Amino acid sequence: MAAPVKVYGPTLSTAVSRVLACLIEKDVDFQLIPINMSKGEHKKPDFIKMQPFGQVPAFQDESISLFESRAICRYICDKYADKGNKELYGTNPLAKASIDQWLEAEGQSFNPPSGALVFQLAFAPRMKIPQDEGLIKQNQEKLGKVLDVYEKRLGESRFLAGDEFSLADLSHLPNTQYLVAGTDRGELFTSRKNVGRWWSEISSRESWKKVVQMQKSG
Amino acid sequence: MQRNTIMALKLHGPAMSTSTSLVITCLHEKEVDFELVPVDLFAGEHKQPHFLAKNPFGQVPVLEDGDLTLFESRAISTYVAEKFKETGYDLTRQQNLQEAALVKVWMEVESQQFCPAIAPIVYQFYVDPLKGVSPDQAMIDVNLEKLGKVLDIYEARLSSTKYLAGDFYSLADLHHIPYTHYLMKTPAASVINERPHVKAWWEDISSRPASKKTAEGMTFGEK
Repeated sequence: MAAPVKVYGPTLSTAVSRVLACLIEKDVDFQLIPINMSKGEHKKPDFIKMQPFGQVPAFQDESISLFESRAICRYICDKYADKGNKELYGTNPLAKASIDQWLEAEGQSFNPPSGALVFQLAFAPRMKIPQDEGLIKQNQEKLGKVLDVYEKRLGESRFLAGDEFSLADLSHLPNTQYLVAGTDRGELFTSRKNVGRWWSEISSRESWKKVVQMQKSG
Repeated sequence: MQRNTIMALKLHGPAMSTSTSLVITCLHEKEVDFELVPVDLFAGEHKQPHFLAKNPFGQVPVLEDGDLTLFESRAISTYVAEKFKETGYDLTRQQNLQEAALVKVWMEVESQQFCPAIAPIVYQFYVDPLKGVSPDQAMIDVNLEKLGKVLDIYEARLSSTKYLAGDFYSLADLHHIPYTHYLMKTPAASVINERPHVKAWWEDISSRPASKKTAEGMTFGEK
């Protein structure tokens, strides 16, 4: 019987891989339905019905249809609270608040510069789009300042929100994977002692290794 | 109606700031008493060590609730809405899995689609003049185009539901208020006014008592 949970999108998409990592951490079965973006499948009416902004991923769980990877992850953690990694979104309101705080920091402060760098350094060359050196420099500086804050935090705390791996750390995996493994700017992370240690820990989780494997074979 | 006065919450930030106003609106909707501790952004207070100890990113607002210190306005509003679920308006619909999920979706839409387009416009109209710089029209135009495309999707959505997550007001709508409040006082207001369902939605959510009460403090740019 097909799993009721469906994720629509390519594994190479950072937002799609965020959702896949969460599903695997929570031990939730799912079907991955590929979307060929180079053929514009994400802009076709059938897809737009699920995701009106024409972006991946789209997500379905029986009759519930969602989009925005961070919202999907929060939903998965709420609905499947008792499955897989029960600590992923905290088991009490204070833990959850701290996780939400760092998930917001990822979405507001980390994602814009790291996402821009992933696009410029990893995707633009593949798409034969000329790189913008000015944007690269600007975003590298911005990201550096954010990672300075992380460096201090991760000297005080094993993971961003506290002593346990959480959705906040998970949300950083997709962009960082590209920058460390797919570009020459990995030292932004690895040259910072605490950030480097944290990256090493979170990227060696079984769930993330599985996602990376899916990206390689997808 | 019972007001929740047991916990003395402290909110650090200027009443006129968009992110601080977001939390203030939520606190009013939940009928929660709090102390507003002003932070002088013009004097750089948010970059001083005593503030960085509360938020290492040096941004307002910060919430203190007993031993808990929390930053990021959207995380704070979610925390307040869920902690004080017994009072005021139900902003997160946690009793209904589907409704709660849609609130989360449209909160992320505000965060990832709406805010990046509207924030630079408001910045150009309000912050640059303070430095004696004229608004950069090219920057405004580029972002107005982006915002227009986002609002076209909102227009379609709001033609089928009264509010963003469904036929109920939620935190997803509330998160749009602060930036839109400031936008509506500029020529860029047309981007809202030209779209009838978006305009009606704006008029509805901005006329809620909690929204109006917060707006009294949103005096940025006024002489």
